Amino acid sequence: MTANAAPIIELDHVSRVFEQRRKQVKAVDDVSLAVQEGEVVCLVGESGCGKTTTGKMIAGLIHPSGGEVRYAGKNIWAMGKDEFQRYRLAVQIIHQDPYASLNPAHTVYGIMSAPLLQHGIVANHKQARERVRDLLRTVDMTPPDDFLDKYPHQLSGGQRQRVSVARALTVSPKVIVADEAVSMVDVSIRVSLLNMLGRLKRDLGVTFIFITHDLAVAKHFAWEGRIAVMYLGRMIEIGRTPQIINHPQHPYTRALLSAIPEADPRITRTKERLQLRSLDIPSLLNLPSGCSFHPRCPLFEEGLCEVSVPPLADMGEGTRVACHVVARERAKEAA
Amino acid sequence: MSEGVKAAGEPALLVEDLWVEYPARRGVVKAVRGVSFELRRGETLALIGESGSGKTTLGLALVRLLPKAARIKQGRIMYYRNGSSQDVLALNAEELRRFRWQECAMVFQGAQNALNPVLRIEAQFLDTARAHGMANANAVRERTIELLKMVQLDPQRVMHSFPHELSGGMRQRVLIALGLLLQPQVIILDEPTTALDILTQRSVIEVLRRLRTQLDFSLIFISHDLSLAAELADRVATVYAGAIVEIGSVYDIFERPRHPYTLALTRSVPTVTGEMHPLASIPGSPPDLINPPLGCAFHPRCPYATDQCRSQEPRLERVGDDQLAACWHWQEVKP
Repeated sequence: MTANAAPIIELDHVSRVFEQRRKQVKAVDDVSLAVQEGEVVCLVGESGCGKTTTGKMIAGLIHPSGGEVRYAGKNIWAMGKDEFQRYRLAVQIIHQDPYASLNPAHTVYGIMSAPLLQHGIVANHKQARERVRDLLRTVDMTPPDDFLDKYPHQLSGGQRQRVSVARALTVSPKVIVADEAVSMVDVSIRVSLLNMLGRLKRDLGVTFIFITHDLAVAKHFAWEGRIAVMYLGRMIEIGRTPQIINHPQHPYTRALLSAIPEADPRITRTKERLQLRSLDIPSLLNLPSGCSFHPRCPLFEEGLCEVSVPPLADMGEGTRVACHVVARERAKEAA
Repeated sequence: MSEGVKAAGEPALLVEDLWVEYPARRGVVKAVRGVSFELRRGETLALIGESGSGKTTLGLALVRLLPKAARIKQGRIMYYRNGSSQDVLALNAEELRRFRWQECAMVFQGAQNALNPVLRIEAQFLDTARAHGMANANAVRERTIELLKMVQLDPQRVMHSFPHELSGGMRQRVLIALGLLLQPQVIILDEPTTALDILTQRSVIEVLRRLRTQLDFSLIFISHDLSLAAELADRVATVYAGAIVEIGSVYDIFERPRHPYTLALTRSVPTVTGEMHPLASIPGSPPDLINPPLGCAFHPRCPYATDQCRSQEPRLERVGDDQLAACWHWQEVKP
């Protein structure tokens, strides 16, 4: 990667509006993000924050209502047919629910050989079998011959998710969008799945957009990458993972981190909690004015926060935060 | 009675050698296999296990709400209150109706959807009270207002709402209040925070914590989430393959686990606070409850397993002041 290479994925002021009962729902509002090749970026937030919609726009499954999605510097929705197809192969998405994303009528071999044969990656079934075996080994499904002829219902949740990953790997993607890919599996399986994904990132140099509601998982998966926190469709904080986890600045990020229960009784019972002014999550149909976090925010200042949307402002250390109050305090310190 | 678990005074609930089975196409599912424990008066006990471990079946058996196909093969469940005792498995229909809700209330998983969608919240409280012989509507209303306040809801708003007008977290708190309506001595919560967002989870946790100091009841909660146990439990029982494999104080379980499964579980959950430490994964897959492994059910996944583990099933034995574990090698298990 050269210093001036275009980001492999770039969101440039991207928005997405859905229609619901003739009302406009802004699922994603003016999100910009540049991801370099080989990087790991976690999109974190609670349900309804727009992280999945953002992931689907990165994978080209949803058209943005505004802004541009670029792959290697090119607007994906202005690409020619062949170019678009190459992009679609290069950016693969792994969905949350491995029960829903694998065709129940096909065997593991059928599921995995289809893209190999379809895209001419292998010439025949003999080669396909070899390649499928290799890929199953890559996702720790060994010996692969035990799994080739199994149907999804004969596999455990963890194994199904491994097949989803192996299927994504058939087309040698450069980018994997993993949408809550480890959320539905049991604790004891989750770690080995995370470790396996981590190995893909290291060994194959795959770029990861890792979408999760779980900041602890984000911390462990993206310690060397970045975390972007979303709230009601907007990105409100982004920075290097250790900074976000250890020195969060946006009051929402701080509230989230302080609210997370920890699997250690001494830590979790002594953790300082940030109190919110309200527990109610506003509806996307009726977003608060200005900063949409203002009705809940402990730093709320009347005449400021409800008036205008705070821009993402540079706070140093590679962190950007969208908060009027934090930005002002920061400016004071600097002065 | 199982060896050990004896506390000062009478327990609220005593379970002895309980076995529950379900017929299935492939054979008999042994969902609960010889479970013994006591619920002490006023304590919070967490039953922690992964999906398919039998923890929900165990909870359902305690209030005799098992599906028709299930069979309690053997065992005893004794309930104590004010010096008298009841054999739960011997109750007739009328006694059972009184036992449930007045003595022992259960809030189910996904209970946010358990409210009647066409009744206002107040009517649901009145219905429940009436079904249990509380005819005085004014008294019920007063009690409802008091309980809703206790779970941090605004009674004026919530009582006149329909369930769909409330958020998931609010519905969960309504159900906890409803469970408390008839002042039961034992409350069982199945996955009380699963599927709730982090900040909503936090509000439910805080409500439970506050209730525990305000009211006199014993609480069992069933969860796959270790951090919830670390937050709320006085004691924790680890459930694996239908059996309790370890039980002890929350600090012993997290800091000095003696069963390799408990140890592995506590080491596989990432924390947000604290240093980055590598996560340990548990090899293998969850056990098959139709043909559980011979000997110790955990042996195929256990790093300590020996020939003895493959042939003889260990029973719970005392491993600390107030800690029992079912492992032949508990003395070798070191965190």
